[in-house]
Amino acid sequence: MAFVSSGYNPDKPMENRVTDIGPIKYDNFYPPVIAKNKGQWKYHEILEPGVLVHVAASGDKVYTVRVGAARLMSSSLIREACEIADKHCDGYLRFTTRNNIEFMVDDEAKVKPLKDELSSRKFTGGSFKFPIGGTGAGISNIVHTQGWIHCHTPASDASGTVKATMDEVFADFQDHRMPAKLRISMACCLNMCGAVHCSDIAILGYHRKPPLLDHEYLDKMCEVPLAVASCPTAAIKPAKHELPDGTKVNSVAVKNEKCMFCGNCYTMCPSMPLSDTEGDGIVLMAGGKVSNRISAPKFSKVVVGFIPNEVPRWPSMVDAIKNMIEKYSEGARKYERFGDWTDRIGWERFFDICELPFTHHLVDDFRDQAYNTWRQSTQFKF
Amino acid sequence: MAKHETPLLDQLESGPWPSFVSDLKWEAEVRAKNEKGIDYQIPVDVCDDLLGLLELSYKHGRTHWKHGGIVGVFGYGGGIIGRYCDQPDAFPGVAAFHTVRVAQPSGKYYTTKFLTQLMDLWDLRGSGLTNMHGSTGDIILLGTTTPQLEEFFYELTHEMGQDLGGSGSNLRTPADCLGTSRCEFACYDTNDLCYNLTMEYQDELHRPAFPYKFKFKFDGCPNGCVASIARSDISFIGTWKDAIQVDAAEVQAYVDGQTPSNGGAHSGRDWGPFDIVKEVVDLCPSECMKYEGGKLSIDDRECVRCMHCINTMPKALHIGKETGCSMLVGAKAPIVDGAQMGSLLVPFVEVNKEDDYQAIKDVIELIWDYWMEEGKNRERLGELMLRQGFKTLIEKCELDPVPQNVQHPRTNPYIFWKEEEVEGGWDRDINEYRKHHNR
Repeated sequence: MAFVSSGYNPDKPMENRVTDIGPIKYDNFYPPVIAKNKGQWKYHEILEPGVLVHVAASGDKVYTVRVGAARLMSSSLIREACEIADKHCDGYLRFTTRNNIEFMVDDEAKVKPLKDELSSRKFTGGSFKFPIGGTGAGISNIVHTQGWIHCHTPASDASGTVKATMDEVFADFQDHRMPAKLRISMACCLNMCGAVHCSDIAILGYHRKPPLLDHEYLDKMCEVPLAVASCPTAAIKPAKHELPDGTKVNSVAVKNEKCMFCGNCYTMCPSMPLSDTEGDGIVLMAGGKVSNRISAPKFSKVVVGFIPNEVPRWPSMVDAIKNMIEKYSEGARKYERFGDWTDRIGWERFFDICELPFTHHLVDDFRDQAYNTWRQSTQFKF
Repeated sequence: MAKHETPLLDQLESGPWPSFVSDLKWEAEVRAKNEKGIDYQIPVDVCDDLLGLLELSYKHGRTHWKHGGIVGVFGYGGGIIGRYCDQPDAFPGVAAFHTVRVAQPSGKYYTTKFLTQLMDLWDLRGSGLTNMHGSTGDIILLGTTTPQLEEFFYELTHEMGQDLGGSGSNLRTPADCLGTSRCEFACYDTNDLCYNLTMEYQDELHRPAFPYKFKFKFDGCPNGCVASIARSDISFIGTWKDAIQVDAAEVQAYVDGQTPSNGGAHSGRDWGPFDIVKEVVDLCPSECMKYEGGKLSIDDRECVRCMHCINTMPKALHIGKETGCSMLVGAKAPIVDGAQMGSLLVPFVEVNKEDDYQAIKDVIELIWDYWMEEGKNRERLGELMLRQGFKTLIEKCELDPVPQNVQHPRTNPYIFWKEEEVEGGWDRDINEYRKHHNR
């Protein structure tokens, strides 16, 4: 390959430099029906799973067909989405916060050809490229993080756990049988690039072994004080270490019993890796939400302390998720989110119903906020 | 013929959900064939090697990516995340595989022209792989080499008129729901406020000067579709002050079963006929609704705007007319001191396009002044609030505390009284005291 210059001159980096221009203004991308009726929408209806209509004061309607997507996508797939949008949607499309793609048309007659086109496209492996769904009281797409595909701190893979889970709950991506919407999220470490801590069901990658210490390189690669300061439990202290050849080097020592495996030290110091085949795996959390509907937003709670990384399809994790979804679906009232259901029946009953073991790992012992999770009442169920 | 055997990943090709493995293989094949005759500027087999490296991670149960190196474009401190694999000899195509964050447009609307142009550029100068979108909201372009960064940036800005997003200790690319553009629940124009603040604070976005990352997110209503309350240092959530608008005839249509409740969201199960008392009135969290004699009435003063009744009967009930937003501050993920949700700093602020959103910018800048002065290295705003108290932030923002700021008043009397609040001050004469109180 020959180097293709953009016109950039490395000797004069400031020559003709364009900076601080931000994103292109949103209204350049509005489909005409959106531009015309912005701020004038009267109501919407979900005509069937994955298909919405929004009706404006002018009488105009916009029909949206929502499709799921792996957020990791190739330029070829994006081009194919563009090709469909060119053919059916006058060259416009949008993405949602939950990695779905939305194709919009301004006439009901255009919906069926669009749907047929989207449903017909498949990858060579057999999976849908553009599965229609993700609306209403069903299971929408999973928001997630990078995982092993592109990150240095994960305790699990993101794309794989999401694919494994969505394959198994796919019927509910295309259905509205849940008591309320159910949102699943995945974060591959507790940096939580996705806001999984407020999801109906959260899949979280977690380490269980303290950092390895690469003494020979630690002081060369890291600022020891930053590594020490990074630890939320003060488990790390500066220490001299004698290498096998007798050389004394500056390094750190870790009080392993104080480590809660957050990985914050590794973020500050590459010579303290945590990842480990047996140590790493999945924590499942449940009952969180961000909506203010009926009840206030709430955090997800840890309901399964650890599930190993069973590649490539994480069957124990997927089974546990499916089981919780079914029990919720059977037990919750209409409009009741997962966490509203558990609040009503009580967490002791939740563990009963879901036949999940309650272990010491689930009793909070981190900082002052732990107190607020203990029961200060004689009201409980046997 | 695939470059690397991937028996584990191959098992993720079956099933209905879009397979990222199939997609990666497809892209690997497209690059190998190169029917368009592209002069690829990074290794042609980058996708093959990514698959090979990922297969190795599946085999080991561990990542094979190293910490990011310091790479970027001249004059910016963010927008590019350096990435190197730890097995470069086996997978040279992804030896260097840097992430480029491209600022997404408000509302994530696109023309195919824009996306095609961006993909043309990315196929030439990168892996052709993306995330649409990253968790913060940016278009994530996955994988290129250091020499391509300036070239990519030059073409992105010159040919597309488009900029990078944020990373590191700076303002991260703000993100919003689609707002009034296509949603009847939206209380303000999220697309415009998001765009306006993104443009106003370009310097803060590109040049790290903060103690740590800082995120803005914009939810048009309390349904919170972009989860701003869970993950942004300042969360802007649309709300209103006056009455919910009620269309009595449309209420009747719901009661009569002519209009499907909840916008048709429950169509997958037979929940029985719609019961307005059971499903709306009785579920109102502030019990401010009545349905009597075929008439729905709302005591709007007692309404907490949870959205349930409006969500359930979108054709009959509409948000109020006196709209604005609430500002909540300090949300963050668990690293380091546990997760926090946003706390309500400003119950209501006007979202006024006419004066360039000055009231909102005033609060933002006071928050930043305080955080940049007092925040420690890698301390999020929420953590500073825990350390110095919500009261301090309220004071620094020149706001008067209101009961809306708290769930309930404090349960201990350990008030940090200030000297000026106490009559006579704190300077006293011990000898004067002893005249009346023997030792």
